[in-house]
Amino acid sequence: MMKRTDSLITWYGELTTRNRLLKRGSVLLMPGMLWLMLFLVLPGLVLVVVSFLTRGAYGELEWVFTLENYKRLAGFSLFGWTADYLLILWRSIVVAMVTTFISVILSYPLCFFIAARPERSRYMWLTLVIIPFWTNMVIRAYAWFLILSPEMPFAKLASFLGFIPQGAPLYPNAFAVYLGMVSMFLPFVTLPLYASVERLDWSLVEAAQDLYASRVRVFTQAILPQTLPGLSVGIILTFVPAMGMFVVPDLLGGAKYMLVGNLIQQQFGTSRDWPFGAAISMGLMVLTMVGLQIYRRKGKEIEVV
Amino acid sequence: MKRTHPVIVAISYLTLVFLYLPLAGVAVFSVNEARRGLVWKGFTLKWYYKLFQNEWILEAAWNTLLLAVGSTLVATLLGTVLAIGMDRFPWRSHTSNFLDTILHIPVVIPDIILAASLVVAFGLLRWVSSIFEPGLLNMMIGHITFQVAFVALVVRSRLVAIGREVEEAARDLFASNWYLLQKVMLPLLMPGIFAGAMLAFTLSLDDFVISFFTAGPESQTLPLFIFAAVRRGVTPQIHALSTLIMLLTVVLVVLTERVTRQRDR
Repeated sequence: MMKRTDSLITWYGELTTRNRLLKRGSVLLMPGMLWLMLFLVLPGLVLVVVSFLTRGAYGELEWVFTLENYKRLAGFSLFGWTADYLLILWRSIVVAMVTTFISVILSYPLCFFIAARPERSRYMWLTLVIIPFWTNMVIRAYAWFLILSPEMPFAKLASFLGFIPQGAPLYPNAFAVYLGMVSMFLPFVTLPLYASVERLDWSLVEAAQDLYASRVRVFTQAILPQTLPGLSVGIILTFVPAMGMFVVPDLLGGAKYMLVGNLIQQQFGTSRDWPFGAAISMGLMVLTMVGLQIYRRKGKEIEVV
Repeated sequence: MKRTHPVIVAISYLTLVFLYLPLAGVAVFSVNEARRGLVWKGFTLKWYYKLFQNEWILEAAWNTLLLAVGSTLVATLLGTVLAIGMDRFPWRSHTSNFLDTILHIPVVIPDIILAASLVVAFGLLRWVSSIFEPGLLNMMIGHITFQVAFVALVVRSRLVAIGREVEEAARDLFASNWYLLQKVMLPLLMPGIFAGAMLAFTLSLDDFVISFFTAGPESQTLPLFIFAAVRRGVTPQIHALSTLIMLLTVVLVVLTERVTRQRDR
């Protein structure tokens, strides 16, 4: 087998040997891969190791291997068992899934709407979705903070209706987090989905309608399969960052509605507990993978980017 | 399908209002006279003037730009070379699968995990060299890391799209490796490289999480500055700053759109 690799081959017009080609390819791969190995893969592995270490008295790392961080994440402490951390993990996955779901629900009408515009104005409508997509996350989260503050009509209306006390803001609570999250990620679904909707073969939809398919069946059997590639990209682009989001819950959720992103940030910030932070990160990674896996099983093949 | 159902139209308008209402709120209060609170006191542009006299903000803006330009240059170079290396050589399937997986890590893993792992890795590297103290260099390394992956993915899809016929023709006409790269491949790849660089640049400008975790006391960027300001209590200057950034985003989006559409034609 090894002999064969060194014989002369033609490779797209070039007379060369396999070894020579691979040598040249390796030189090209080297810088980028070295970088990714050094700053992506290796730190990831270090994070795994650190999640089994112990935090010293001053927040330094002690090279004592333990499962303590994972036990703590699962809720076991000196004072017995609490579900606090598990609750935060559970809440994060629920928030990420609901956010993704609402974004999808809102994106379909928006995509159909844009696709039905006359060709000249279509780009303008599309640009209206692209602009928030690229607008800084912190600014957009703060914008909700501003709009929901007590001086604004929404909070006034809510207090008038008796939902919140007089002069109180509409945050921090779950509602504000969802508002922020959906507005943050909606364009992440809309844009890739639009690429699929634009190429939709409407004759299939018409055929389904001619055959008296119900609206639900038209959607699930004529539209959904055709738009699945764009939808999949949108779902991944939304679900993954939504799982790790911490700006929105930090500004709009407060301490009572913490997500796993805040918890991780806390360990690397004020608490300075790297091993525990690393263990939570592992938890988040597993959850994200599980979430994607569930989706992958339900929705056939996934093509990212 | 030229006729859209009124319900769809209504939902679409509401969705767009939902996206823009908060941003409009920020823009309105950036030209509000009142120093404190969210009560309308009359039109002014003074917060914009003040913005350009605020040394902190100017420094943060400079840092943001430096970080974005520096990291984009490095990432575009690394990513492009990586994409060519991955796509144009007869790798065995397990090798290319492996490379593929690594490239997709930043897409399928929340950025906060990348940020956390960089904090820990830099923390350990600090024993080796003091250049790994939190600061601009560390932030740049972090940005390049996720940018490389995105640039490589974009450039690779362009490589696949242009196919290999032109290259093969060049080879048949005895083009050397260097000539092929310079006169055939790079010109054909340019739109992909441009798109990748644009993506990397905007990703860097937009990034908050990686910067937040790896920044030092001397390396504020605009998103970090705004985030900190929100917690301290917002001044109208922050509204002005946010509005300017939004306007800049609009300009960038429209420009990119123009350029890519012209290339398509």
